[in-house]
Amino acid sequence: MWRAISGLVAGLVFGLGLVISGMSNPAKVLNFLDLAGAWDPSLAFVMGGALVVTFVGYRLVQRSSAPLLDTTFHIPAKAAIDLRLLVGSGLFGIGWGIGGYCPGPALASSTLGDWSTWAFLVSMLVGMLLARQLFSLFESGAAKATH
Amino acid sequence: MTEFTPVAGLVGGALICAAAVMLLALNGRIAGISGIVRGVIAPAEAGDVAWRICLVVGLAVAPIVVGLAGGEVTVPDLPGGVLWMVVAGLVVGVGTTLGGGCTSGHGVCGMARLSVRSIAATMTFMATGIVTVFVIRHLLGWG
Repeated sequence: MWRAISGLVAGLVFGLGLVISGMSNPAKVLNFLDLAGAWDPSLAFVMGGALVVTFVGYRLVQRSSAPLLDTTFHIPAKAAIDLRLLVGSGLFGIGWGIGGYCPGPALASSTLGDWSTWAFLVSMLVGMLLARQLFSLFESGAAKATH
Repeated sequence: MTEFTPVAGLVGGALICAAAVMLLALNGRIAGISGIVRGVIAPAEAGDVAWRICLVVGLAVAPIVVGLAGGEVTVPDLPGGVLWMVVAGLVVGVGTTLGGGCTSGHGVCGMARLSVRSIAATMTFMATGIVTVFVIRHLLGWG
């Protein structure tokens, strides 16, 4: 129950950050990525600002042995850079450059009444399920091949 | 043409950071939006879905709250129609699933953890994003 409430508040605050910074608007994101055009560096201030303070905040939080509402921190353990990471991130950047939306801003714009935003979101969910299916097929195939 | 807004950017960035630090301090979770959404449509463990749905609802109501508070909400200015955004969404969905994160999970939270994977991921999607916009706007001359 408390975890859900904390999730709701975190989502709201995150969304307020996206809306106030203008990052929920694809035009602003695309103008950040458009170095050769009418470059708008605002996104660098959003990400840079968030990054520096989060760096300090995370360190303070991780001084305690566990979060307040769970028994353990859920931190990704993987450390190696692999092909899957680079191909996936490369693809994500291409999609980001096409639509100007990444997942957070698209969700934070979903209540502003644009069908194309919903089209993006539904398609994104399909893409997530598709990639998951394809990858598990590929992994089971690879596992069979080594046996 | 969009206006350069460094102050709004920093304020927004501070809020995103507050959300990320809060989620780690309370739930012990990384504020990676694509991963949080993936955990809703393909749950890895039982009883781990409610907070994710609530977080997505929080994101979605944010512009309504800004509007009610008398703030200015920019209507999203999209680069293309429904079909264009379907293509973008599909590539973002596949890419974030394979790459295990997006702008929030890798770009903000992962970089803040000094994760080598996240730094590599962020450099990669920034680079392909910049190249994609260059190709679309300047080589093909669309948009």
